[in-house]
Amino acid sequence: MHRFANPARFLRIARAVTPWLVLPGLAITAAALYIGLFASPPDYQQGDSVRIMYVHVPAAWLGSGGYLGLAIASLTALVWRHPLANVAGRAIALPGALFTAICLVSGSLWGKPTWGTYWVWDARLTSMLVLLFLYLGYLALSAAESDRPEARGAAILSLVGTINLPIIKYSVEWWNTLHQGPSITVTKNAIAPEMLLPLLLSVAGFSLLFAGIVLMRMRTELATTRVAVRSRRLAEAHA
Amino acid sequence: MKAKHQRLTLAIGALVALGGAGALGLSTLGDSATYFYAPSDVAKKPPAKGEAIRLGGLVEMGSVAHAGAATVAFVVTDNAKTVPVRYTGIVPDLFREGQGVIAEGRFDERGMFVADTILAKHDEKYMPPEVAGTLHKVPGTVG
Repeated sequence: MHRFANPARFLRIARAVTPWLVLPGLAITAAALYIGLFASPPDYQQGDSVRIMYVHVPAAWLGSGGYLGLAIASLTALVWRHPLANVAGRAIALPGALFTAICLVSGSLWGKPTWGTYWVWDARLTSMLVLLFLYLGYLALSAAESDRPEARGAAILSLVGTINLPIIKYSVEWWNTLHQGPSITVTKNAIAPEMLLPLLLSVAGFSLLFAGIVLMRMRTELATTRVAVRSRRLAEAHA
Repeated sequence: MKAKHQRLTLAIGALVALGGAGALGLSTLGDSATYFYAPSDVAKKPPAKGEAIRLGGLVEMGSVAHAGAATVAFVVTDNAKTVPVRYTGIVPDLFREGQGVIAEGRFDERGMFVADTILAKHDEKYMPPEVAGTLHKVPGTVG
């Protein structure tokens, strides 16, 4: 893992990999949204409002999957002191929070025509809102710690928050909720194939875009740090 | 190397403790985090007189009856127990016989559940209408 500890080496690899994530990500997302929004059938119960699924589900997946990535980056920073780990954590947190917010908003807009309400405080909706707050807490704390590289508060906060991930996942099984149970598990799939195709494409496309955005954000932070270091050296040389 | 192993042990210990604390907390939370009670729950532990609760289950097939302009009566079932429900107002589009429903309200003296809010709870199945039509008859819409 410390093979990538050298930022110059990481930057070289990240620069080469980024277009291979972003370009297929854009193409697959566009195809998924076209099929999902126009070329796939309506649902037998919900009609056309089922199409919100093709945005809601990838957003939920990237909100919670992104948080797992943030937690792994924080663990790596705390235990192995990997120089890029907190950079990765900060790069993940903002798009992760954004996708969590998209999940909450799209779910709310989906809830009105199907359930008859924009919001209820059931276990799934509440735990997903807590996930957004955890992201915002991490973002605020890591911004407050930005001038102290040795600070560990944000990383510890994100690790404590991992307790929320199984709660989100199993909320619909542990408690009675308005939100329905999982459609896809290891043993069953309750989504018709012509609707599953755009859903899986959309999850894949948004995931590639997410990974590309994270790499771009890491490169940006490393470049910003380098500029700051150089201008400080220049200022000292002229002083 | 040694410091790294110490930190790893500490982190794993902290995560295990966190998991334990979380599990304890959740088991204490138990039923109070539930969004609604099924007819069987209500039969086992009846709510206090006039207490507002949420009742959830399936709208029993053939039970929906219209009484007056905007009043609808139906039966909520969990396939074990049933509860008769009355509601005045506009029901959600997905309120259908055989589908999930959550009613907010309270029991009256005669054991009728008088709802002041109705939410539709759909299941996890998604399919085109043609497929649904060949699998089983599409439930009639109500309301």
